[in-house]
Amino acid sequence: MATETGHASAEHPEHQEHPHFLQHHFETPAQQYDASKLGMWVFIATEILMFGGLFVAYLIYHAQEPELFKLAHHALDKKLGALNTVVLLFSSLTAALAVRSAQLGKRNRTSAFLVVTLLCAAAFLVVKYFEYSHKIHAGLLPGRCFGHPGFANCIGDAGLATQPLAVSVQEHGMLLQLPTRANMFFALYFMMTGLHGVHVLVGMSLLTWVLIKNIKGHFSPEYFTHVDLSALYWHLVDLVWIYLFPLLYLVS
Amino acid sequence: MSAVDKPIAGHVDDSHGDPNASYLEAKHGIGPWLYTLDHKRIGLMYLVMISLAFLAGGIFALLVRLELFTRGKTIIDAETYNKFFTLHGAIMVFLFIIPSIPAGLGNFFLPIMVGAKDVAFPRLNMWSFYIYLIGAVISLASIVIGSVDTGWTFYTPYSTTTATAVASMTFGVFVLGFSSILTGLNFIVTVHTMRGPGITWRRLPLFVWGMYSTALIQVLATPVLAITVALLMMERVFGLGIFNPKLGGDPVLFQHFFWFYSHPAVYIMIVPGMAIISEVLATFTRRPIVGYFAGAMSSLSLALLGFLVWGHHMFTAGMSEFSTMLFSALTFLVAIPSGVKVFNWTATLYKGEVWFTTPMLYALSFIFLFSIGGLTGLFLGTLSVDVHLHDTYFVVAHFHYVMMGGTVMGFLAGMFYWWPKMTGKLYNETPAKVGWFLVFVGFNVTFIAQFIMGSRGMPRRYYDYLPQFEPFHKASTIGSWILGLGLIIEAVTLLSSLKNGKKSPPNPWGSAGYEWQTATPPLLFNFKEIPVRTRGPYDYHLATPEDLYDGFPEGEPHGD
Ligand code: HEM
Ligand SMILES: [Cu+2]
Repeated sequence: MATETGHASAEHPEHQEHPHFLQHHFETPAQQYDASKLGMWVFIATEILMFGGLFVAYLIYHAQEPELFKLAHHALDKKLGALNTVVLLFSSLTAALAVRSAQLGKRNRTSAFLVVTLLCAAAFLVVKYFEYSHKIHAGLLPGRCFGHPGFANCIGDAGLATQPLAVSVQEHGMLLQLPTRANMFFALYFMMTGLHGVHVLVGMSLLTWVLIKNIKGHFSPEYFTHVDLSALYWHLVDLVWIYLFPLLYLVS
Repeated sequence: MSAVDKPIAGHVDDSHGDPNASYLEAKHGIGPWLYTLDHKRIGLMYLVMISLAFLAGGIFALLVRLELFTRGKTIIDAETYNKFFTLHGAIMVFLFIIPSIPAGLGNFFLPIMVGAKDVAFPRLNMWSFYIYLIGAVISLASIVIGSVDTGWTFYTPYSTTTATAVASMTFGVFVLGFSSILTGLNFIVTVHTMRGPGITWRRLPLFVWGMYSTALIQVLATPVLAITVALLMMERVFGLGIFNPKLGGDPVLFQHFFWFYSHPAVYIMIVPGMAIISEVLATFTRRPIVGYFAGAMSSLSLALLGFLVWGHHMFTAGMSEFSTMLFSALTFLVAIPSGVKVFNWTATLYKGEVWFTTPMLYALSFIFLFSIGGLTGLFLGTLSVDVHLHDTYFVVAHFHYVMMGGTVMGFLAGMFYWWPKMTGKLYNETPAKVGWFLVFVGFNVTFIAQFIMGSRGMPRRYYDYLPQFEPFHKASTIGSWILGLGLIIEAVTLLSSLKNGKKSPPNPWGSAGYEWQTATPPLLFNFKEIPVRTRGPYDYHLATPEDLYDGFPEGEPHGD
């Protein structure tokens, strides 16, 4: 794909311009851009495979106990999940708009779109925080903590020994009786959304860094690679959630 | 023509050095080494750390073999024995063999071979090295905290219940995985976007094809290892339950996940070894590798097929009959690209003028030993046979024939082949050949004995054994001493050349390889001017024997 750019220097040996953003080991800005972009795509492939492990675990255990998963998923709050889905989708839109305005050299608009994206990300985490704390108070943290509200039994072997045979949860006025095996659903729920949450945090740091660079005037219509790539990463974070939401909140 | 000839923008640290000096002399002091972005210096630092890891893993191996010299206790008790073989395996796999060729030699030579000044992301490359160091420190710390006794495979449920430091060791593995991913990512992007003028895909040296295939596996398989060990850590810290039947989980799922990474990982180990062998064979037979394109494609197909056969490690772990048959059949498919490689090499040797240097001797050993290792792999891939051989010394011998007989021989071939290029010094051939002889003999004595006792039912990882196995264990242990002695001689030969070695000419082997057409040792930015390639890396027919030593004549561009 990038053979052409690799050859460029051979064709125009004398008109070599070295814009300030071009790193010394690249020959042309196009080559640098291609490399960065491909690098981000490869990185995204690794992320997908990492989540892939958890998705496979989910598929296997769901296939083993479909009824149990259906029962357990009622403990999650569909409305909050849906709200978060909308928030993330919207943030993907603003991230894409930030790239567009960077491309056009509209620095202030780029900043504004980045800020909105960051606010959405923060809102997502706040909602997640409320969801998590509700689950933790209900004793739905998996493993040793399962069936014991709070963190008290999470470390050490006391938790497993005194684990109740069933956990009751109050959700939307409905009383759910979950057997201990339902732990598996929550193990997957916390691992998947937890890993996703970490990615939201990483995405936020990336976007903040890009925002600062943008405010300092590092980007131009010729060079906006970082805006582009952090938005690409943000779309991945969004995409993963698009799969997590139906798998966890809408089990049928 | 390139930035090298002009003052360079000052925002890249490495640009401060003198571009006309060799990379070793361009800058002085320890500081420029520690924060260097130069792929050659990073490669060398990797090689130093990797060699130390090899030494540590080797010492554990010698201790394990020594313990098995006599029945019952020889030097250590059973718990310590369990820890030692685990540490041997974990160090050798995660700290030595996986990074060895790609991160060490690959880092050094891949950019030069593709005609680039550096890898695509030099800073990421530096981070990959430091992440490796952090991972190494965490793994070594867990040896001090309480060691690990699960075997390098960390199988559940034992790994979730043993009192040893599994969580911190697996955390170390997790961190090391990221280092490996970053190297792979860098190589993929470098090969795609950084190739210099004239270096088309069909003119890529086979070493680069091998590194590229390896990088694909590193990038696609390692994240699965990361999530697997993350789950294992969660299992240990919070009793998560994914691998615990009491909480609805399944311990065998761990094996599936583990081998989904670790079988492809054996190709992370062997494909780079094969890649070096192709370079060495071409140079020392003065011929292009027969079936260049088939060789390149077989590397790629090994990388891809490697993802489909993980189940052959679990034939006895309780799979459906259908799955075992499927995995067995797929395993046989892997033999095809492996066979293509071996036939390419033997056909290259046939009627070639073979020059028996140390690297060539290692390359020939590779072909011989890898063939044995690969063929015994087919025995193990056969269902009915594997039921008997699984978890015996036969498996141990199989994978040592491919990992040590294959990858380590390839690594040593590469070290001797490129030593003059990297250091600018010639090593002394005579002791190097003596060392090779001891390594080759010692290796075979050690592991043929294990094939025999394995086929007679000696289980692996046992502290004690029945009287009928004693002669084999004794032979194997004695072999390990010969092997160890050979390796020490090789290390001394190489290291002493740094002080006493003669200065190397630019192209001591008269190779047509691209990397040999540059200054020795290479310049700070690899080239004075980015070269325009007009030929393939093995086009010996385009040069006279004298030309080869003085600099390959680069003609007008002609077809592929
Ligand atoms: C022709 C290619 C190969 C085939 C058909 C093959 C087949 C097998 C099979 C079936 C097993 C499982 C035996 C058992 O546990 O019962 C095995 C184990 C193993 N193989 Fe191979 N193999 C091949 C090449 C390689 C290569 C190239 C490497 C590494 C460089 C390798 C490394 C290993 C390791 C490390 C194990 C054992 C892991 C453990 O249980 O600790 N193999 N092989
Ligand atoms: Cu395998």
